[in-house]
Amino acid sequence: MGLVEKGVLGRKPLKPVTWLLNYSRKYSLWMFQWGLACCAIEMGAALASPRFDMMRLGVIPFPASPRQADLVVISGTVTDKMAPAIKRLYEQMPDPKYVISMGSCANCGGPYWDSYSVTKGVDQIIPVDIYIPGCPPRPEALLDAIVMLQERIQNEGIGNDELASRWRGEPVEVA
Amino acid sequence: MTTTQPPSQMPGFEVDRAALAHLADAQVNVELDTGDMILNMGPQHPATHGTLRLVVRLDGERVIAADPVIGYMHRGYEKLTEFRTYPQVTTLINRIDWLSSFANEVPFVHAAERLMGIEAPDRARYVRTILTELSRIATIYLFLGEMGLQVGALTPAFWGFRDREHVLNLIEGATGGRFHPNFNRIGGLKDDLPWGWVADCRAAMDRILTGCDDFEKVLVGNEIFEARTRGVGIIPAELGAAYGVSGANLRASGIDWDLRRDGQPYLAYPELDIKVWTHADGDSFARYWVRLQETRESARMVLQLLERLPSGPVMAKVPRIIKVPEGECWVETENPLGQMGYYVVSKGATGPFRVKIRSASFSNVSILPWLLRGVYVPDVVTILGSLYFILGDIDR
Repeated sequence: MGLVEKGVLGRKPLKPVTWLLNYSRKYSLWMFQWGLACCAIEMGAALASPRFDMMRLGVIPFPASPRQADLVVISGTVTDKMAPAIKRLYEQMPDPKYVISMGSCANCGGPYWDSYSVTKGVDQIIPVDIYIPGCPPRPEALLDAIVMLQERIQNEGIGNDELASRWRGEPVEVA
Repeated sequence: MTTTQPPSQMPGFEVDRAALAHLADAQVNVELDTGDMILNMGPQHPATHGTLRLVVRLDGERVIAADPVIGYMHRGYEKLTEFRTYPQVTTLINRIDWLSSFANEVPFVHAAERLMGIEAPDRARYVRTILTELSRIATIYLFLGEMGLQVGALTPAFWGFRDREHVLNLIEGATGGRFHPNFNRIGGLKDDLPWGWVADCRAAMDRILTGCDDFEKVLVGNEIFEARTRGVGIIPAELGAAYGVSGANLRASGIDWDLRRDGQPYLAYPELDIKVWTHADGDSFARYWVRLQETRESARMVLQLLERLPSGPVMAKVPRIIKVPEGECWVETENPLGQMGYYVVSKGATGPFRVKIRSASFSNVSILPWLLRGVYVPDVVTILGSLYFILGDIDR
């Protein structure tokens, strides 16, 4: 959002402008698929199977690199060996960026809560916006998470202050 | 353009640069000779089916060495099983090969049953066989679609996901879980099949058989598909066996070996009429073809099983707290990806003392460094696709 950073829109952008920008943002979520384990197949089913078809919600699942992505879905078990790669690719994504943690493993370690090689929750390395419970969650759950995220984006401020508050971890109210 | 695999020259195969020089259309000066390039594929790469990392050394477009780096999905199963009770272990091992969860449970439950001297009732045996075959179909169906994706055909991938849902619905109907049923109990099954399930299953199998015909019509015989897969990634039979390659990958090299027919008798397979498909070529195409036939065979097997499904209880008499007597047991089964085995050591406690897991994919990808030498970069993708491994099955 170069417009925002340069201050063209000013400290308090007009409400219709905010609405329009957020509206455009929420229906063109470029989603970087981080398929790790079982949940990746359910994510694949949500994306590719005609029964669920996530693209109808305005999610574009094929960015060529994380540098073109707005959203990353961490689906599956994060191991300590994988964690640095996740952090690095997350850092390459341009702001504003969103993270969905899909499945128990990415949320908290899941069935591997006492394993020596599993990172207990991806939120230890990157900030997470939406957690999807389940092992693995059904594709519908992922669709629901996308809808929740879109509501959140719609209600987000786009001024610098609002974005900063987002990164301070203050909750954004979903209407 | 078909690429040819160099003949089997294990070990110590080296690239003959003089022989490669004629491949370039224009004559290249010595000054323009390229140095080797290291290409890192993964750990997050769509073509590696998860988190396999390949470090490939390239000379131009040709791979001169490939080094798979595994362990990105290592979750420490063998250690974790030591801290779980027997019923809890089945929850865990569901997730080794996450596409065919039910088939993973079977060998472990068999090992525990054998140690305890329990025999599952006939109906449980049959339902187990049906669900194992269903999970085989669900696994291989994804492969049948994805293999099209590897060569640039999108439609089969969508078909694969679409028809797979029919099978997942069945598994969900019977067990309550789409992916990880955790339906096996030591001594039988959690529940009986729900009402109307058998009719649904028949209808779905017809759908699967039609779907296989569709795949065959679209891909087998397709000029592009054949050009990309025929003669690519040939695994010689002896070499494959020496590396421990198993399952359809080995059968595609012409070795007629299927544990359902040849191994320790398990489930209802000895009572079934099984045809084992092999292919003489051993290339990517052969692996696709064998799996396609196997899916059909599985669907037919399910139909056979439904015909003969006995009535009766689904659970044997088992003590409330399961304690397995002291002993050791090795059970191996034919899983969708190949030979899967558990070596269970019990010291008479509620949980196993040690479980050694032999998973198919680990051995199947061990042949990659040999297999990828001398192929072109685009063929790396088709070879990886045709070997068909699951990362959880490699790293455990």
